[in-house]
Amino acid sequence: MMLFKLSFKNIARSIKDYAIYFFTLILGVAIFYIFNAIDSQTVMMQVSESTYEIIDLMTSMLSGVSVFVAFILGFLIIYANRFLMKRRNKEFGIYLTLGMSKRKISLILFFETLIVGCISLVVGLVLGTALSQVMSLLVANMFEANMTEFEFVFSSSACIKTLIYFSVMYILVMIFNTYNVSRCKLIDLLNANKKSEKVKLKNPWLCVIVFIVSVSALGYAYWCVTGGVTDMQTADKILIPIALGAVSTFFIFWSLSGLLLKLFMSMKNVYYKGLNSFTLRQFSSKINTTVFSMTIICLMLFFTICVLSGAISIRNSMTSNLKTLAPVDIQLDKTMDISADSGYSPEIIDDSKISVSETLDRLGFDTDKYFKDVIEFDLYASNDILIKNTLGSVYDELVKEFPYLYYDDAETFIKESDYNKLAKLYGLDPVYVDDDEYIIISDVDFWTDIRNRSLEKGTPITINEVSLTPKYNECVNGFVYMSSNHINTGIFVVPDEVLENMTRETGILVANYNANDDQGKQKIEDMIIGLDKSSYSPNTDIQASTKLSLYEGSIGLGAMITFIGLYLGIIFLIASAAILALKELSESTDNKERFRMLRKIGTDEKMLNKALFRQIGIFFLFPLIIAIIHSIFGIKFCLYLLETFGKGELLKSIIMTAGIIVFVYGGYFIITYLCSKNIIKER
Amino acid sequence: MENILKIDKVEKYYGSRSSLTKAIDNISFEVDKGEFVAIMGASGSGKTTLLNCISTIDRVTSGHIYVDGEDITKLKGNKLNKFRREELGFIFQDFNLLDTLTAYENIALALSIQNVSASDIAKRIDKVAKELDIKDVLKKYPYQMSGGQKQRVASARAIITNPKLVLADEPTGALDSKSAKMLLERFTYLNKELMATILMVTHDAFTASYASRVIFIKDGKIFNELHRGSDSRKEFFDKIIDVVTLLGGDLNDAL
Repeated sequence: MMLFKLSFKNIARSIKDYAIYFFTLILGVAIFYIFNAIDSQTVMMQVSESTYEIIDLMTSMLSGVSVFVAFILGFLIIYANRFLMKRRNKEFGIYLTLGMSKRKISLILFFETLIVGCISLVVGLVLGTALSQVMSLLVANMFEANMTEFEFVFSSSACIKTLIYFSVMYILVMIFNTYNVSRCKLIDLLNANKKSEKVKLKNPWLCVIVFIVSVSALGYAYWCVTGGVTDMQTADKILIPIALGAVSTFFIFWSLSGLLLKLFMSMKNVYYKGLNSFTLRQFSSKINTTVFSMTIICLMLFFTICVLSGAISIRNSMTSNLKTLAPVDIQLDKTMDISADSGYSPEIIDDSKISVSETLDRLGFDTDKYFKDVIEFDLYASNDILIKNTLGSVYDELVKEFPYLYYDDAETFIKESDYNKLAKLYGLDPVYVDDDEYIIISDVDFWTDIRNRSLEKGTPITINEVSLTPKYNECVNGFVYMSSNHINTGIFVVPDEVLENMTRETGILVANYNANDDQGKQKIEDMIIGLDKSSYSPNTDIQASTKLSLYEGSIGLGAMITFIGLYLGIIFLIASAAILALKELSESTDNKERFRMLRKIGTDEKMLNKALFRQIGIFFLFPLIIAIIHSIFGIKFCLYLLETFGKGELLKSIIMTAGIIVFVYGGYFIITYLCSKNIIKER
Repeated sequence: MENILKIDKVEKYYGSRSSLTKAIDNISFEVDKGEFVAIMGASGSGKTTLLNCISTIDRVTSGHIYVDGEDITKLKGNKLNKFRREELGFIFQDFNLLDTLTAYENIALALSIQNVSASDIAKRIDKVAKELDIKDVLKKYPYQMSGGQKQRVASARAIITNPKLVLADEPTGALDSKSAKMLLERFTYLNKELMATILMVTHDAFTASYASRVIFIKDGKIFNELHRGSDSRKEFFDKIIDVVTLLGGDLNDAL
């Protein structure tokens, strides 16, 4: 009981100094709860069946991400705890000299962790529950759904999950503490505060060399993900620039700290002005010992910036893409002319001979009544004309550059007249070809670039013994397939007569629903989905892409990515800011001594506060600046990866990301400054 | 002679009305320009409290302290800091050097917070380093120096601003006897050659014997006062020991 009392008093005493630790724990619990409780927020929304499926997917992905998040938080808690323990070495030393056994000290720490854990869990869950009510508005907004009515939601499953995950983390902390206490020696504990830090100045020439080498390595890593990005065809290749970037970040911090100090020291008028020399030395003496954690923080910030801006821009670009990419209500397609020796059942092979509209008829769907603006056409393909055949002389160099592309796939062709009908309905520019010309339609930048290289050379193609040459030396931007992202990698528009007697590959029917309002459209959509139950349906493999389903899917996918991005981004941001803040605060004991000395020799309070502000500011800013430089290239790479989702308004998402970072990171900075100021204040 | 420090009926109480401790009980004395005064007393006699009051680190309960005619008990906030950095020099028992700075930078700090230019700083440090014989250690960090070197660096920092008054709190307390002797000889040099006014608090008779006057304090009151006059250091030391004996067993650890 005595020990419990002691633990309780210890916490009460240090609560002011380590407010930021409690604050972070509470925030961690709250965020963990909020994101695991998202699915329960969706119950009050009016959403369709397919959105529910996406919400289900999102929930399971979020719980997967939660495991990862738990690792991050666990790391943070143990790391923070190690700092706090270090500061209390002397206190433990006193306990030991008083004859307290190590087992009892472990017990004190056990009680402390227990109390801290319980308080943070309770407060965090209450905060999380409150904030998740606000979150439901965001959820509804993200899924563009109407809220039936606002109701208070408490997710007991998320609550239990939070309790279990954090209990495991706290138990780990307890084990860690016990291990630490059992290992320590009394003499080290008592003298812990007296050990003055050795300040080793690095050899400036070594610094210069290391700096140059690591900057060039970083430059190479940057080039890999931007200029040389096209070489990156397999996922494992990205590991090289990532590893290079991480290692060179470490060495940049290592060398830069030495170099900057050297530089400032040589600028005597700046160095010997006010407390500048003191501030710089504070910074450098710490960066010597904390280069590693600076690197971790910098990389975490980098990750945060990329994830946040990427996730936000994906959603924006996905929804803005849809307006142009899904111009009609429905597109139905089915595979045509399946050859007799393909192994399919005779019924399916027979069915592949008939057109889409006839199939609909057999399924008992009245196209005349429910559809308007109907266009039906076929796409053609031949096993004689593969992608590698149409690339001409460029093929050899492309194989070397991009060995993993599907060069053996058959190319797709469309009649000029069909395409122009479609283009009119889609709102695209019509194209015209002469008897011996062809045009390629593409909306995937990567493929457009590849095909342009062949078009520039005027590569001819031969179909049904007719030779065609390109009309333009570049692809025309356009598309045939409706989708939520750019998937048309190249469709050849050729004169109608060239395709006579050629094998049809796909039959396509596009149409608008014959209805005036959303409800009518939804009714027709439901009928189409209901066709699945028709007795004829097993014999046909007709595929439908509808505007409504694309819209829902895209909104759902966008929301899912945004939530996961926000979740990870915010956790990483909090973790890195908290590590920095705790590091600064845990050093406040040393600082307190130093600031007292400065005060004794007559330094103004204003000057002291300025020095403290600068010291903490530099410490927070240094990793952020490097992280921002990394992010410029990281975001470029993300954009390249996400090209098929379209180019969204990146500026908007960057501004939002900056806002979140300024709010959270800046908030931690200010709290750290105020707490430190409080600590160094003379009582 | 012009007096630089005047302590006028200073009292300092600790605690509440019910349990009052008089750390300083109505003390008055004066220090002239160029004097080297030692204040002696046992632990708890109030000597450090007195020094803290003079150095404005602590506030008096009643009475006045005049430095060069200015009543420093009336100073507040930044004026206090200004007074401290411009008029006073401090030497502490535990050196109070910043462990992250080199000796040079530690000394320079006292000037840079007064906005002295870098070139001026270099000149003045060069001069003071010669006087205190610390030229060799200027580039070293505190952890690389001996106690005596650290205390001489701290002394350099205290006098480089040309303060009206140098306050030393047990300056030899953490030094071995050889370093202590060397430091005290430097103090004498600063006092004689540079006309520095030094007020030193100590409980060590040997240290006190380097001063030109010793004030003894017991239980917050002035108990006795000795002037060195034309005595040799040894003779003065013997006189001090006599007073210490008279003061009682409290000062058994005097040597």
